[in-house]
Amino acid sequence: MNQVYNDPIGHWIVVTVAILLLFFVVLTATAYTVWFERVALGRIQRRPGPNRVGPFGLMQLAADGVKLAFKESFIPAETDKVLFVIAPTIAVAAAFLAWAVIPIGLWGNVQYWIADLNIGVLLIFAFSSLNVYAIVIGGYASNNKYSMLGGMRSAAQLISYEMALGLSLVPTFMIVGSLRLRDIAEYSVHWGWYSGPIPLILLTPLGFVIYLMAAVAETNRAPFDLPEAEQELIGGFLTEYSGLKFVMYYLAEYVNMITVSALAALLFFGGWNLWIIPPLLAFFIKIVLFLFLYIWLRGTFPRLRYDMLMRLGWKVLLPLAIANVIVTGVILVATQG
Amino acid sequence: MADSEDQQRTPAPQPTAASGDGGAPEHPTPLRRPGERVPPKPEGARPGVIGDVAALAGGLKTTLTEFFRPVVTTMYPEDKTPRSERYRGRHYLRRYDNGLERCIGCELCAAACPVGCILVIAAENTDENRVSPGERYAKTYEINMLRCIFCGYCEEACPVQAIVLGPEYELSDTSREKFIYTKEKLLEPLPPDVEARLAAKPTPPPHPTLPGERGGNSQT
Repeated sequence: MNQVYNDPIGHWIVVTVAILLLFFVVLTATAYTVWFERVALGRIQRRPGPNRVGPFGLMQLAADGVKLAFKESFIPAETDKVLFVIAPTIAVAAAFLAWAVIPIGLWGNVQYWIADLNIGVLLIFAFSSLNVYAIVIGGYASNNKYSMLGGMRSAAQLISYEMALGLSLVPTFMIVGSLRLRDIAEYSVHWGWYSGPIPLILLTPLGFVIYLMAAVAETNRAPFDLPEAEQELIGGFLTEYSGLKFVMYYLAEYVNMITVSALAALLFFGGWNLWIIPPLLAFFIKIVLFLFLYIWLRGTFPRLRYDMLMRLGWKVLLPLAIANVIVTGVILVATQG
Repeated sequence: MADSEDQQRTPAPQPTAASGDGGAPEHPTPLRRPGERVPPKPEGARPGVIGDVAALAGGLKTTLTEFFRPVVTTMYPEDKTPRSERYRGRHYLRRYDNGLERCIGCELCAAACPVGCILVIAAENTDENRVSPGERYAKTYEINMLRCIFCGYCEEACPVQAIVLGPEYELSDTSREKFIYTKEKLLEPLPPDVEARLAAKPTPPPHPTLPGERGGNSQT
């Protein structure tokens, strides 16, 4: 395997196959995430959720996808047609690009990722920031005041929460000393009798809490889903989108959701290390638990008001994250000299 | 959160006649009208951040409890909720046991119908062509089910218990024409349980027949 990987042509073959495989896996995972969300939300409200198409409604997303694909590709009048089409493309491209550096696990000695970058986390944040462009451009190009408002809200929200999101992870990087996701996931300690991998949440619990909240805001999920607030903005930046362009935004949202769940598992819960459970399964379990947490939050909390959102981001999360960095730094210096 | 800022953001009290000397509202909080009181926290709620986090956890606990409780949905096309005995669904025209139609073409149902969805055209019974006891029968009997409001007045107006509303409520169809129910459709036999229940009810005696005629429940 390594020989093929190191050969220049073989490398590209492997990477191409990996990319195609990743598309397939992530798209399938997205479809079943939507199914999982609808069923879990339904159960929270004591109804069964989709259960008509296929066994347990598992083919619901296939049916929805076919329906949306056959819809008319409609572009409203007086819109900026080029930007209107480009915006959802940016969203979906940015969402998938983040998966280039996410390690899925180790099985035998075969590694499952496309690029093992030493700045992996940084790259993921770079791509997730692109999502702002998708939403702002989509809102601007729609020529609709609700879309515009949704886009503006989103810009403010994503920029505010990106600061807290980034800073919440700095203590992790300081402890591990690497931005490579594999190093962070396999972080091990040698404390007296214990020597082995340890979930980083034990070392930076506050960082995890801040990450969790900021990640929900970063993916525009309830209770921070102001950019597409249905009740106030008729769907915000999504208002004018339908058919496959709507699918792209929808897909991007759920891919982002899986991405931040995977990132949470990698950065705070030791990635694919879980007792004796096989690595891929362990990683899968952790992602599913995080996805459930997301859905649980959506089923519980009402949407925040805009000023509350800004206050939470700038006056609570950001100072806490900065304090977390300083305190972690002081402790690191004190314990390691 | 920050009290000083909250006071700063509170809108000025409206200059109304009643609050001339009132001054500042008692509980200045953002986005509340002046004078509107802050709802008190529930009994036993802890103040401050700990109380707030506890409230959030309480909400999460509620939804998680609901998550594990059984689903209450009725799976409609497979399971149906029971209907009342007196449920008013689609119409039926009944027959006597000897096969004669009950309807005597009196048009009282059409007169009673508040939306005018019933059309009855009567014709004379003859010895060669006897359709119902009595002088006349309904040559045409049509109900426009798109207009019908299922009030049951036709059933009440009918002197011979000819028209009744049955239990069926799944009446959707693919064209408007199919909603004009003609005699052919209305004369379909009632579900046996409904027929048995109607038979047990005290009904007026059959319409008297003219001399020499067979009619009503008289034997053939």
